[in-house]
Amino acid sequence: MTVEVQTETLVEVRNLCITLGKRTQPVKVVDGVSLTLRAGETVALVGESGCGKSLTALAMARLLPSPPARCESGEIFFQGRNVLEMTEKELQSLRGDEISYVFQEPASSLNPVFTVGNQVGEAVRLHRQGTNVDSEVISLLRLVGIPDPETRRKAYPHQLSGGMQQRVMIAMALACKPRVLIADEPTTALDVTIQAQILELLLRLQEELGMAILLITHNLGLVADVAHEVHVMYAGRIVESGPAVEVLTNPTHPYTTALLNAVPRLEGTRGRLRGIPGTVPNPGFLPEGCRFHPRCEKRTELCSTEEPEPERLDQSHWVTCHHWNE
Amino acid sequence: MSRVYNRYKQRNVANETTADIDRKHREAISAGDAAELTDAAAPVRGMPLVEVDSLSVAFGRGKSRVRAVDEVSFNVGHGEAIGLVGESGCGKSSLARALVRLEKPAAGAIRFEGRDLSTLKGEESQQYHTQSQMIFQDPYGSLNPRLQVGRAIREVLTVHGRGSRIQRASIVSGLLQSVGLDPGHANRYPHEFSGGQRQRVGIARALAVQPRLLIADEPVSALDVSVQVQILNLLKDLQRDHKLTILFVAHDLAVVRYLCSRILVMYLGRIVETAGSGPLYSRPMHPYTKALMSAVPDVSKSLEKRKTGKGRMIVEGDVPSLSTTFKGCPFQSRCHFSQERCSEEAPPLREVRAGHYAACHFAEDLMSIPA
Repeated sequence: MTVEVQTETLVEVRNLCITLGKRTQPVKVVDGVSLTLRAGETVALVGESGCGKSLTALAMARLLPSPPARCESGEIFFQGRNVLEMTEKELQSLRGDEISYVFQEPASSLNPVFTVGNQVGEAVRLHRQGTNVDSEVISLLRLVGIPDPETRRKAYPHQLSGGMQQRVMIAMALACKPRVLIADEPTTALDVTIQAQILELLLRLQEELGMAILLITHNLGLVADVAHEVHVMYAGRIVESGPAVEVLTNPTHPYTTALLNAVPRLEGTRGRLRGIPGTVPNPGFLPEGCRFHPRCEKRTELCSTEEPEPERLDQSHWVTCHHWNE
Repeated sequence: MSRVYNRYKQRNVANETTADIDRKHREAISAGDAAELTDAAAPVRGMPLVEVDSLSVAFGRGKSRVRAVDEVSFNVGHGEAIGLVGESGCGKSSLARALVRLEKPAAGAIRFEGRDLSTLKGEESQQYHTQSQMIFQDPYGSLNPRLQVGRAIREVLTVHGRGSRIQRASIVSGLLQSVGLDPGHANRYPHEFSGGQRQRVGIARALAVQPRLLIADEPVSALDVSVQVQILNLLKDLQRDHKLTILFVAHDLAVVRYLCSRILVMYLGRIVETAGSGPLYSRPMHPYTKALMSAVPDVSKSLEKRKTGKGRMIVEGDVPSLSTTFKGCPFQSRCHFSQERCSEEAPPLREVRAGHYAACHFAEDLMSIPA
């Protein structure tokens, strides 16, 4: 569909395993995740709550709360440098400068007792000494589409709507022109109209600044809208990955199909939506064999005994299922 | 003194019917098991269950007084599932809360089976709360963290004097079962449940008094997609099996379409468009409805757009503050189609086609433009 352009690889995660809990009884919550972020591209990480997608994202700038979380094995490279072996000083310049985050709930991520201008300015003061903070803050707020930034920067978070608060969060994340933006459910708490505005904003900024975006979401509609590549995660493992359009038009893993069928459609649904029976398994008590098999419609005996290995369908479409070609 | 007597009287009345209640719950459960998968949302004809007549809800005094709901009128039929859609701050929650008497109307009236709610007093008022119940958006915030869920449900039965002590336990387990939870989990605390399960507890609690009207205020927007479907299907089953009337409040038009047969679209405290879900989705007439539809992240629509390279229609800006005064159409500041006439004359809600109402000067022209 698109012309292959060799773009710069910014982040490479290889075989990442994250555990929680005591060292004596570790519980694996992320198991063998690999993904690559390239400049100017949007990669989506999709899955239900508790599948390990947020932990994977936090690990990229070593922000995992430790203890209880630990990177047990695997490698994370940022432009060739191993993040897991960086010193605290190197990490400080990585976080915010190179990799920054936008979280789900702007209202609880912003400090209620400081003005938004002050909070956006903090990143500028810390990371870019010598710049004129006030004018930089104003231009950042203008960049994310906040009207009348000269006066709005003096507002406190509670004086702004949810959409405006999320814009402030994005302005903070962009303060140091990062190469990688990790957006963890950036629109989940917002109205649909504001969701569309924020997505449009992220896409425009990506075009202007050439960032790589990792979009974490459970909404496949968003993925269809903006992502170049998608990784579907279930119980700590990536079960299907590939170009977004390809995966969404030809979903191969039963979990991807089930997620797609669970979304009510605007054009109406004939009969009843299927949903996915049961719940995400507790990472401490994962089922034998394929992790999805207790909730899967295609399961056979093989699924409950043997864990499937990732298989390649074509150039970049991978799936982890025994029965993908049936 | 009289309150104690009233409670005593009520309990006696209730005692006569507890066997009835129990039987009904059991029937409901077995009906749920044997249920076929059919599309049920057809309204039952006859006198409407709820009539809302130029209702206004206002907050504040003097200069800072705002009208969150501004002269809204509509009817809800028996057994109908009706959707109320709009952005945050459009007054949809205030309207929902007024229907369960959590807000007092500033003007206008709500009639439940022909009786004006503002005339209800004392016992009658409590009686009304057994007829209409509400489920809330945030299943984390709406359950007492220090109360086992079984006790939280039993509290409702106690307050309304349903069943004897022993009967209540069996009613509670019947309720838990009917919303798809394990009755053995009655002695667990809210934090031991997932978000979807907590929402089920909220629904069980609302159903405890066997209401006829269920008001659901954004019940699925805080949940994962896979869990959303489970809750939507549960509401669908309850509507069919218990002949429940549902007012479903949401901001996502795709979700509303799945459950509701008729839709009200609200903007700045007013209804700007209302129709059956078929015509509303195939031929939206108000630019705001079009914008809402365009904003829904829909997989097939997005993939189609990627192929054709067409962008979506995005409404600019936020919902204006209710306290700002303006002349003409409330949506004009964000409308893609606004013209001179819109800033001078407020469009009334009018019937553009049979059963399809819209508040736009140019509804006829907009109908032909695809969303």
